[in-house]
Amino acid sequence: MAEKVLLVDDEKEFVEGLAERMELRGMNVDTCTNPEKALDMVNADSYDAIILDLQMPGVDGIEVLKHIKKNNPEMQVILLSGHATVEKGIEAMKLGAMDFVEKPADIDVLTEKIKKAQARKMILVEKETEKKVKDIIEHKGW
Amino acid sequence: MLLKGLFKPEFWNADKKSAGPYKSLFDYQRIWRLCFVILVVVSLVPLFILAFIDFNVTRVAIKSENMLRGARTTSNTRRAVAYFLEERKSALQLIVELDDFRSFQRKERLGEMLSALKNSFGGFIDLGIIDENGKQLAYVGPHNLEGKEYKGQAWFKQAADQGTYISDVFLGYRDSPHLVIAVKHFTDKDHYKIFRATLDTTKFNGILSSLDLSEGADAFLVNTAGIIQTPSKWNGDVFSKISFGLPEKSFRTKVKKIQLKKDLSAIVGYAYIEGTPFIIMVVKPEAELMGAWQRSRDTLTWISSISVAVILLVMWAVASYMVDRIYIADMTRSKLLQQMEHHNRMASIGRLAAGVAHEINNPLAIINEKAGLLKDLFTFSEAYNADERIFGLVDSVIGSVERCGRITKRLLGFSRQDDVELRPVLPKMVVDTVLSFLNKEAEYRSIDVSVDVQPCIFEIVTDRGKLEQVLLNLISNAFQAMKDGGALQVAVAKGDKGRLDFSVKDDGCGIPATDLKKIFEPFYSTKKQAGGTGLGLSITYGLVQDLGGSMTVESEVGEGTKFSFSLPVSPKNKGEG
Repeated sequence: MAEKVLLVDDEKEFVEGLAERMELRGMNVDTCTNPEKALDMVNADSYDAIILDLQMPGVDGIEVLKHIKKNNPEMQVILLSGHATVEKGIEAMKLGAMDFVEKPADIDVLTEKIKKAQARKMILVEKETEKKVKDIIEHKGW
Repeated sequence: MLLKGLFKPEFWNADKKSAGPYKSLFDYQRIWRLCFVILVVVSLVPLFILAFIDFNVTRVAIKSENMLRGARTTSNTRRAVAYFLEERKSALQLIVELDDFRSFQRKERLGEMLSALKNSFGGFIDLGIIDENGKQLAYVGPHNLEGKEYKGQAWFKQAADQGTYISDVFLGYRDSPHLVIAVKHFTDKDHYKIFRATLDTTKFNGILSSLDLSEGADAFLVNTAGIIQTPSKWNGDVFSKISFGLPEKSFRTKVKKIQLKKDLSAIVGYAYIEGTPFIIMVVKPEAELMGAWQRSRDTLTWISSISVAVILLVMWAVASYMVDRIYIADMTRSKLLQQMEHHNRMASIGRLAAGVAHEINNPLAIINEKAGLLKDLFTFSEAYNADERIFGLVDSVIGSVERCGRITKRLLGFSRQDDVELRPVLPKMVVDTVLSFLNKEAEYRSIDVSVDVQPCIFEIVTDRGKLEQVLLNLISNAFQAMKDGGALQVAVAKGDKGRLDFSVKDDGCGIPATDLKKIFEPFYSTKKQAGGTGLGLSITYGLVQDLGGSMTVESEVGEGTKFSFSLPVSPKNKGEG
């Protein structure tokens, strides 16, 4: 099953390059260079993982992360940063980010993490489904 | 400040060259000299002026007082001598006026007169009457001089011409000093006789010897030829000539300074006594007269000398003290300025490094992705699949990007303001841990590592990881600087104000003074060829600062290098660092 990934970064060149590489690795990648638009996209579609740049002009990646997590708590977010500080990393993890990758990122590492993210998402979704099924079984007893 | 510091102050050997274009501002010797000269001039000039004025005023006063006293003594003596002679002359004139002159030829009458004169006035030796031809008609006295011929003698002529005559003191026929008073008396209109009395000089001398003279002073009479007439204390015997020339004629008392001998000048009071050949002289050596003044001058001189010495000493000390203060202030200021400059530079370099690293990271990421994409395309495309060269090129690009990434990460590490995880640690254990990483290398290169941790040191509250990294960096740096078989000393000692001083000292190649200032700057490396990035020491510096410490380096080329840093023992002291 192809992973569905949303890539958010202000650098168009970077996003396009990375997206193409990921697609070559059999992933389904959407790109977005505008973090506000990215929020709409997250709400509109269902992604296995979101790769989010921590530092974009005008918007803090952390803020974007908060918004995503508010609406989609199960969403797996991998943060990318050119300026990795431990503080920021910890803050991001506390806010529910799945992982933290430093730029320039190694594609294999990233792929690995996306796969993990998808797996986790699957588990979460399965749990959700299970819960729903249980719910249905409990409440709609034939 | 110690006394020694006052007389050989610190600034004396201050380096002038380091002051640069404002050399004159920092020429402390010049400032000191200026200061000293101004102080000394300001304090000594009034002293000298006062001393000089006092000196002159006293001298003039004492001199005029001496002159006045000399004049008074002389004047009194002159009056006494003149009166003595006048008295006797008048007595003779009185006798001549009163008596019928013929009776003088009667010897008894003459004898009566002599004894009367002896009794009333004293000092008379004999009396005689001489006619106009110079023949002694009558005589009473101890010598038999009756009938003696005086005609042609100077005194006779003078007495005949002027009516009275007073001789100077002479020995004459009698061979004892005496003087003669003669009075002319007309017996009728044309004829005259001369009444002549001889006087003993004893009484005469008595007048002078009874004078109350100060010590060293001498009063005596001389005649117009300069022959001494009465005994003198030190100006020569009676009838000898005085050693100096006679002063100009004056019947009024005068005081003069006369050079008696080469090295002896004297104040001489003198007066010509009118109607006599006598000159009264009161001689006093100037040295004696000015003795009082000299004494006061001496006192003045030594008081002045001592004051001058004290003033010089105090001014020296004051100038030294002041200039030393300026020097110390200047030194402190320039040191602080240097420190601030250094801190500022390091801080801006840190910001710059962080900025540059961050800005470079984004394009680096793009390069990475593009190169990766290229590689992927080749991997998935059959056409290039087997082209090893293209893969090599792409891998080299990716490898370089990775290398750049490492550099930017370390740069960010240099300026990173991470949270410091403070825990109590034992310095000894930290040092041992660090050394355990390097023990193998030390053994292999036979480097002698000695650790000296003061026994009184227990715990320090700091970030263990950072401290380890700092020590590791410094020690591995030292290893690189040393040849095989060197010696390394790691020391931990108690510093001042609750700090611990760490030091790492090697005996390696050392760092030239020109490089020493820059070694903490990022990318400053002398091992560029050998693959150094020049970031190790700057990161170490940043770490020490994060721990609230300060780092210094001392080095001598060929002797070795010592890096030292001090850390606060507990974090509450961090703010002070």
